[in-house]
Parts: sequence; structure tokens; C-alpha cells
Amino acid sequence: MRTHLNLPSIKGNVLPMVLLAIALIALPFALALVGTAWVRITNFAVLFVLLSLGLNIVVGFAGLLDLGYVAFFAVGAYVYALLASPHFGIHLPFWIILPIGAFVACIAGAVLGAPTLKLRGDYLAIVTLGFGEIVRIFMNNMSNPINITNGPKGIAQIDPFQIGPIDFGKSDLLAGLNFSGPIKYYYFLMLALMLVVVINGRLKDSRIGRAWVAIREDEVAAKASGINTRNIKLLAFAMGASFGGLSGGMFAAIQGFVSPESFVLNESIMILAMVVLGGMGNIFGVIAGAVLLSFLPEILRYTVEPVQMAVFGHMWIDPEVLRMLIFGLALVLTMRYRPAGLWPESRHRREMTVVANK
Amino acid sequence: MTAAIDVLLDASGIGKRFGGVQALKDVSLTIRRGEIYGLIGPNGAGKTTFFNVLTGLYQRDGGQISFDGKPLTLESPHTVAAAGIARTFQNIRLFGNMTAMENVMVGRHVKTHAGVFGAMLRTKSERAEEAGIRRRAEELLHYVGVADHANSLAREMSYGDQRRLEIARALATEPKLLALDEPAAGMNATETGALRTLIEGLRSDGLTVLLIEHDVKLVMGLCDRVAVLDYGQKICEDIPSVVRANPKVIEAYIGTANE
Ligand SMILES: Nc1ncnc2c1ncn2[C@@H]1O[C@H](COP(=O)(O)OP(=O)(O)OP(=O)(O)O)[C@@H](O)[C@H]1O
Ligand SMILES: [Mg+2]
Repeated sequence: MRTHLNLPSIKGNVLPMVLLAIALIALPFALALVGTAWVRITNFAVLFVLLSLGLNIVVGFAGLLDLGYVAFFAVGAYVYALLASPHFGIHLPFWIILPIGAFVACIAGAVLGAPTLKLRGDYLAIVTLGFGEIVRIFMNNMSNPINITNGPKGIAQIDPFQIGPIDFGKSDLLAGLNFSGPIKYYYFLMLALMLVVVINGRLKDSRIGRAWVAIREDEVAAKASGINTRNIKLLAFAMGASFGGLSGGMFAAIQGFVSPESFVLNESIMILAMVVLGGMGNIFGVIAGAVLLSFLPEILRYTVEPVQMAVFGHMWIDPEVLRMLIFGLALVLTMRYRPAGLWPESRHRREMTVVANK
Repeated sequence: MTAAIDVLLDASGIGKRFGGVQALKDVSLTIRRGEIYGLIGPNGAGKTTFFNVLTGLYQRDGGQISFDGKPLTLESPHTVAAAGIARTFQNIRLFGNMTAMENVMVGRHVKTHAGVFGAMLRTKSERAEEAGIRRRAEELLHYVGVADHANSLAREMSYGDQRRLEIARALATEPKLLALDEPAAGMNATETGALRTLIEGLRSDGLTVLLIEHDVKLVMGLCDRVAVLDYGQKICEDIPSVVRANPKVIEAYIGTANE
């Protein structure tokens, strides 16, 4: 029996699972009634969930603080953009490009990992932060002398997914329901999410997953217990990065456009905040954190302005400013009152509470 | 008199310096297969440093180590573990937020092979290996006597149980030599008695044990041979009764008012 699989056991949980599945299947149509924008927002939220789950391998499992994670997202996105757009005139199908993107990101992860193997904590954070910036600046400047990335202008007209006759760039009418492009992506993302959740759970509860956690807990003891910490850490970077690359590819297709400014440090910090807020290491905590942090800003964006107009007759505070204010406050409060995250991994919880109460 | 075939570990001329401190100076010792070998000495004598050099956590400045007939050159800790040397730590180093069971399962790492793809696809061989890891870990928890706490977090266990758990994790690597750094430290008389039984059981199961211990009664009663370190140098190596009577040993201990 595997005791620590953090997935809900199927037995005895059938009804809630079925209800959840129905809700998730119906969700995009409900959202489309409010506005197609909300389907798009949901899709981006799911992308962030995928990213957080990838980063969770590095930060949550192996305990390696990575502040440059968005670099792998960027790598995946650019691989997709270059192989499915008029920029080079290459138009490969998505199911070929996504694995390529994940693979290239995986290599990039190992390349970043290699020089950081002896670093921990703050030092590791700084080096990874630098790496994230290097990748972005690289994308920004790779337009000269050979135009590879098209520089700050980015790459546009990226091909949408195409599965047989189904074009993710167009709407299809089926059984009286309007399957718009975003709705199709939504279902695709949900499948990807299920896959990534299962893989995460399996990794966590495996020989390699235990080695990651052992390194997080005590690197010296892990070494002395026969773990090749160098390789196992590299593996964490590489695995985390490939999830980032995969998400990046989907991002490029959904957005239809990539440019370096999508991959700034802020995004890395946001993804890290999702992992930490939800509860490091706990897969469902991480999902919750990512959903919360992706939707909160959007909800604020759509409510702050009308509310202020109704109450004061004019705008006092710019929604963007308020958004960051609330965001910062929420993080501070969380760290103060629930330092292990909102839904922590059970093993972290007690420790973090003890530390916090000292 | 040591026939070559009996020697499990042969360390010669080991030196280690930390800045101005010569923690080990030209230390040579030979451990025979199947014996319990005691390593004693006053605080700061260099016992733990010897363990750290032996297990590859520190690089030695000089000297040779041969283990089980093969030289241990500038090894990293995981290759030393793979070669068959397992250890515990003076200041217990468990994976605190993992369960007792998981701690021991980590010890199986070096004897198993599943990689990420096996885990992601949960292949037949991965599942079989995983079941084997779990079975072995359960056996070892029973063996050291902490099976009741299999699902407790390591850091929530009692001190004595943590020490035993650390031994179980070390045993999970299937070592030829088990190096214990002050396993009885902080234990009461009952716990020490049980530990003694455990170590004797290990010897009768054919394991070779290298034991650092301050509890003189335990060392003298348990060990086949004892070496004494003082200021980084080996001042004596013999059977317990001879070591106990050695004037240099008495002076080293009285001089530092140990016990
Ligand atoms: N990492 C290190 N850096 C600097 N000095 C060290 C280091 N490790 C040990 N020493 C020094 O080396 C000497 C031997 O220390 P060691 O820990 O090996 O002694 P010990 O015999 O295990 O003592 P104890 O019985 O107190 O555990 C001491 O003077 C110690 O201060
Ligand atoms: Mg010591």
C-alpha cells in the first residue's frame, strides 16, 4: 500500500469526483455565458497551475529555490513559435512540437542546474534569477545578425492546435453547442492537467521522489545514504523545466503571439508565490494556490473600476495598484498566519507552525 | 597475524587538517571482517573526523584506504555507500519530515534502479521494485524495534527510537561495514542495553561494526578490539583489557577529565 499518495482515493469518493468532473466539463460553457474573456482567463489559470506543478518538483519536493522558472516557460513558448509560424515558414503539428519544447526546456533545466549544484537557499535563488533574466534578454536580442527570435517585436501569427479536422483557432457548432477556440483549448488543458497531476503524484511517491525529499530534508544524510545528490538535483531541475516547456508551448498556441515581455521576473515570482501560498509539496495545495492567484487579479480588475465609479463617481485608485496592494497584503497575511501555505502538505504543517510560534 | 583475507578495511597514514587544527595525523587502522571495532578517545580527538574522511564527506589530506580488497580513492559519499560502508551521525541526521518507513526506504536507493520514466509509467518492474523496497524497510523497522512508529514522522520520534531508525536506514544500504558514531549518546540504561543487544545481533549476522562510543562500559563489553585516538593520533590499538591498562590511554583520559 502506498500511504503517501496525495491523490484522493477513488474508493468512497466516487460521487464528489463525478460531480467535480461534470462541473469541470460544464464550466467553459457557463463562463462563455458571462463572456469569452473568462474562458481565456480560465485557460491561463490552468496554464499557471501546470507551471506551478512543474516548479513544485524543484521547490516543493527537492527544496531548491528557483527564481528563474519562467525561463523554461519561455523556452517552450519560443520553440513552439519558431516551429509553427510564418517566421521561418515552418508549420509542424503541435503534437510534435510540444515534446520538442519539453525536451529543449529539459536540457535548459540541466544547463541551469549544473552550475548551481553546490549552491543552496539565497545563493541558488540569485543564480536562478539571473538565469531567468539571461534567457529573456537572449530572446530580446537574438534578432541580430541572424533573426532568430525577432527581438522585442516577438513572433506573431503562431499556428493554433489542429487535431484532424478540428481547428483550435475557429469555432465549431456541435450538438447545438458553440465550441469556440478557447473552449477547445480548455478541454485540452484539462487533459494535460490530469496527466501532469498523475505524473506528479507518481513521481512524489517513487524512488526518485523520495530522493528529492531526502535532499530537501538533509543533503549530507542523503549523500551518506547513497544518493548521488548531484544527479538527483539535476533531475529535479530537468523534470521541472520540461513541465515548464510543455506549458510554454501551449501558451504560445493559445496566445498566438510570443514576445520576451511575457517572461519577466515578475512571472517567476508569481509562480513561486502560487507554490508557496497553496502549500509547498502538496499537489492539491499547489493547484489551489495557482487557481486563487490567477483569478484574484482578474476578478479585481473587473470589479474595482465599476465599484469605484458607482460609489465615488470617479476612480480613486487604479485597479492595477489596488491589485498589487491586495496581493501583497494577502501574501504577508498568509505568511504570518499560515506559513506552510493554505493547504500544506501534512508533514510540513506541524513543523512550520512550530517554527512560526517560536 | 592478520591474514589478508580477514581484513575488511585497511586505512593507513590518514591525515586531515582544518586550518591550524591537525584533526587526524598519520592514523592507521585495520578492521577485520566480522568484528566490532571500537574507536574511542577524548572529545575533539578526531573520531568523527575519521568517519567523515572514511565516508567521503571530507577529502583526506593524505593516506590510503582499502576496503574489501579495493582501494577507496577520492570517493564521493554515495560511491562509498555503494561500496558497502554505511554510517550514522553523532548528532542524528534523519529526514525529519519523512516517516520512519520512508527514511528506511531512502536507504534502499543505492540498491535499486527505478528512474523517472519507470515512476511516471509505473511499470511492472517499478512496482515490483517498490514493493520490495517497502518489504525490506518493514523488516528493518522490526529488526531495530521501531516498527510501531513506521508511519510517524522521524522528527516526532523519541531520541532512542531516532538513533535506532538511523541504524535501520544505514542497514537498508546492505553495508559490509556499519560505522556508528556515538549511538548510545543520550540514551538511558535500558535503551543502552537494548542497543547493545542490537549491535551484538548485527555481529552474529555477520556484519562488521566500527563503533565510536564514550560509554566505556559499552565499548569494553562489546568490542573485539579498540583503538584510541588522542589529538588526532592513534595512541593504542588492542583488545579491550589491554587498552584499558595502557598508561597512555589512562593519561589521555585523566588528562582531559573525561566521563
Ligand atoms: N568541519 C570542521 N572544520 C574545522 N574544524 C573541525 C571540523 N570538524 C572537526 N574539526 C576539529 O577537528 C578536531 C576533531 O574533531 P572531531 O569532531 O573529529 O572530534 P571527536 O573525536 O569526534 O570528538 P567528540 O567526542 O567531541 O565527538 C576538533 O578540534 C574539531 O574542532
Ligand atoms: Mg565526534
